[in-house]
Amino acid sequence: MSVPILEVCDLTAAYGRIEVLRGVDLTVPRGAVVALLGPNGAGKSTLVQCISGQKEPTGGDIHLAGVNVRRAAPEDLARVGLCTVPEGRSVFPNLTVEENLQLMSYAGVPAAAVFETAYTYFPRLAERRKQLAGTMSGGEQQMLAMSRALASDPALLLLDELSMGLAPLIVEELYDTVARIAETGVSILCIEQFARTALRVSDYAAVMVGGRVVATGEPDEVLESMSDVILGGAA
Amino acid sequence: METFLALAIPGLFTGAAYAIAASGLVLTYTTTRVFNIAHGAFGMVLSFVFWDLSVRQGWDPLLALVVVILVIAPLIGFVVQRLITRGLGNAPVSVSLVVTVGMFVGLVGLAQQRWPEDRVEVDAPRFVEPFWLTFADGDGVPGWQIGGTTITGHQLITILASIAVAAALYLLLTRTRIGTAMRASVDNPDLLRLFGGKPDDAAALAWMIGMSLAALTGILMVSVVGLSYVDLTLLVVNAYAAALVGRLKSLPMTFVGAMVIGVVEALVAGYSVDNELLATIKPAVVPLVLFVVIVAMPQAQLRIGQVKGMVSAPVPTVPRMGVSAGAVLLVTAMVVATGSEVTLLRLGTAATFAIVMLSLVLLTGYGGHVSLAQLTFAGVGALAYAKLGEPNLLGLGVAVLVAAAVGALVALPVLRLTGLYLALATLAFAVVMEKIVFKNDTIGFGTGGAVEAQRLSILGYRFESTGSYVFVMVALFLLVGVAVLLVRRGVVGRMLIAMRDSPAACGTLGLDLRWFRVGLFAASAGIAGLAGALLAGLRGVIGDTDFVFFNSLPLLLLAVVFGITSVTGATLGGIGLMLLPVLQAESVGGVPLGGVMFMVIGLGAVLAGRDPNGLSSYLFRGGRWVEQRLRTRLSASLPQLPPAGADDVHEDAEEPVAAPARVEVGPGVPARG
Repeated sequence: MSVPILEVCDLTAAYGRIEVLRGVDLTVPRGAVVALLGPNGAGKSTLVQCISGQKEPTGGDIHLAGVNVRRAAPEDLARVGLCTVPEGRSVFPNLTVEENLQLMSYAGVPAAAVFETAYTYFPRLAERRKQLAGTMSGGEQQMLAMSRALASDPALLLLDELSMGLAPLIVEELYDTVARIAETGVSILCIEQFARTALRVSDYAAVMVGGRVVATGEPDEVLESMSDVILGGAA
Repeated sequence: METFLALAIPGLFTGAAYAIAASGLVLTYTTTRVFNIAHGAFGMVLSFVFWDLSVRQGWDPLLALVVVILVIAPLIGFVVQRLITRGLGNAPVSVSLVVTVGMFVGLVGLAQQRWPEDRVEVDAPRFVEPFWLTFADGDGVPGWQIGGTTITGHQLITILASIAVAAALYLLLTRTRIGTAMRASVDNPDLLRLFGGKPDDAAALAWMIGMSLAALTGILMVSVVGLSYVDLTLLVVNAYAAALVGRLKSLPMTFVGAMVIGVVEALVAGYSVDNELLATIKPAVVPLVLFVVIVAMPQAQLRIGQVKGMVSAPVPTVPRMGVSAGAVLLVTAMVVATGSEVTLLRLGTAATFAIVMLSLVLLTGYGGHVSLAQLTFAGVGALAYAKLGEPNLLGLGVAVLVAAAVGALVALPVLRLTGLYLALATLAFAVVMEKIVFKNDTIGFGTGGAVEAQRLSILGYRFESTGSYVFVMVALFLLVGVAVLLVRRGVVGRMLIAMRDSPAACGTLGLDLRWFRVGLFAASAGIAGLAGALLAGLRGVIGDTDFVFFNSLPLLLLAVVFGITSVTGATLGGIGLMLLPVLQAESVGGVPLGGVMFMVIGLGAVLAGRDPNGLSSYLFRGGRWVEQRLRTRLSASLPQLPPAGADDVHEDAEEPVAAPARVEVGPGVPARG
């Protein structure tokens, strides 16, 4: 058994006095896709922020490929192969598509290779290479954001609420892309409220409630046992 | 037509120099969201360094030039970004602007300290000539004839430098990854970090380049305006105007704006020889352009989610106001009874400054708008009071109203603007007033530069002695201070805070803030006008040198350092600003305090600018701590009362926990269930 790509141990984090993470334990095995589900306010996005180095945890440890990275800066993590796509539109609206792609080369892959991968996967981006990213549709912007996950050849991909504000059909397409990235061997932790869509592409699922991971396992089992929590009793 | 061209072409060359300065300004602003008021001051200091190295130390001018522009300037830029302006872009404009004003004042102080003016002026105008003139034809006629115009080697170098700067910046920003990262860090620095980029490095690079461009402009302009710290520093106003033509983001438009400004300035200067109107506006033509450009700017969008958690100073209760005011009056009375004439005049000056700072408490502290023209409004008040010749409450009232009206007039055209643009508009207004109106013979202080004014009489009693007059000044300060606090406690105060915290939220509530803002501006200008009128009466003779707009900057600075959100801050700030020149004249162990004071104050602002409540907040914290200690001691001396129902324990023996648990609620204080 190799060292897991991501191992979060007893992680705590707080905004001021409000504790958001209360001892999170989570493991992403190498090459696996893990879906992290849970209701609003469970602390999912805070967990992503801690892993990506944007927020300093108050306690616990984060190991990337066995190395403790709890105090690392986000830009350094990005350069060693952690690709984080935060929630919302993670593109620079006042830069052109091409300039956005150019900045993706900070992660280590040369700009020319980034262009090629992005334009092959998403021909629509090639048509719009001189357009300002902020003037494109939400789906196109998310394609641009996903280009970074595709082209920068990450070891671990963190996806936070890919579906936010997008039409269901486009969400399905985006998750096809996620599946394709997973096929290349990239480990993925994806946070999603569209539980069924996310579970379709994942190997494992974890459920977060109230700042803790309360269940982990195969997607089907988790969906079965936790449907009231994940889907808010609607399903 | 030929004269037109002969006049206009030299304007292109000064325009080229403005373009270099403005592009540096735009670069730092777009990358870090900090508008560097001190851009010109940095250029000035670096020109002095160049002069020092090349003339005093006898370095080869070319070597000195390279060292200043490529080593010293970037180094300063790096240090400034890392230590001072880092993270300031997210702060409210009233903070970020004041920090750069602090650097401005500090740098001018540094220059005064290091290179006292007289020594510099002797050999100043010529100091770069030997270097630049080697490019001319060398036999006494410095330049080439092109058409009907002579182009000097210096002009040629200026325009070549500006072209080189434009090309280099274009390539940097569009063709390199770090240039793209610089623009990306404006959009979303956090996302840039997730990409693996370093926004801090982009910001540092922008400041380094900006500083080099400031140095280059300064050195190029020395042979035009001389090596003077005020003139070189204020050249930046022209750069502000050019930068605003490009709306602080477009470099090509900035270059166009700079050229237009250079040409307009040259044309006005040329034609003003036989045109009286042009001769009048000549000294202020660029500030006028700046004002017009700002007014013509498209309306800024209301920013949503801009609540910056600016914590206001506590507003005292009415009894506490009374006690504080009584204490201040008591101290004043003691000083009046024992102090010499000089001390009394100083106290009066402090009261004047403190009243002007109260106007800033209202406008900036509560309202969140920065004005760089408060002393100008004070000047308007002084002028009205002196010209009216009614040294009584009526005259004082009229002076206040005139200043308020002028304030409203300024606010009207700019009422759409907020933040930085409003501050720059007031700056332009202040320069225009100083150069045109105050110098005017009929409505201003006139060519003599001074008018006479009499001391105030209230209900027939004339406060002739300096002591009694100063007492009245302090009393009026307290009155205005209490009024400002009462406004803060009322509906208007809540609107002010709401406007400062989130204009967008106010808009959704249906509040029309534009007229409210005009009223606020008028009230603030009126308070400043009161201060000016009182100062006129105190001095007896008052002139335009008392209200130089330049001095509005240290005034704003001290107000912020001591706490622009509280009347206490205004009181301390007024005393501090009065003491500044007094301490300057002193020397410690043979070292004159001179410009050191300005440097200290500048640094103070840089540090204190980060706490919106200034030094007063430490005072308040100390006060609260003492109060709490007293209160706990007081409550500890109270007897322990038995909790309600404590006697019933024997009846309800199974749950005896209820009573002891309650005792913990407040030590020594009985809790009632």
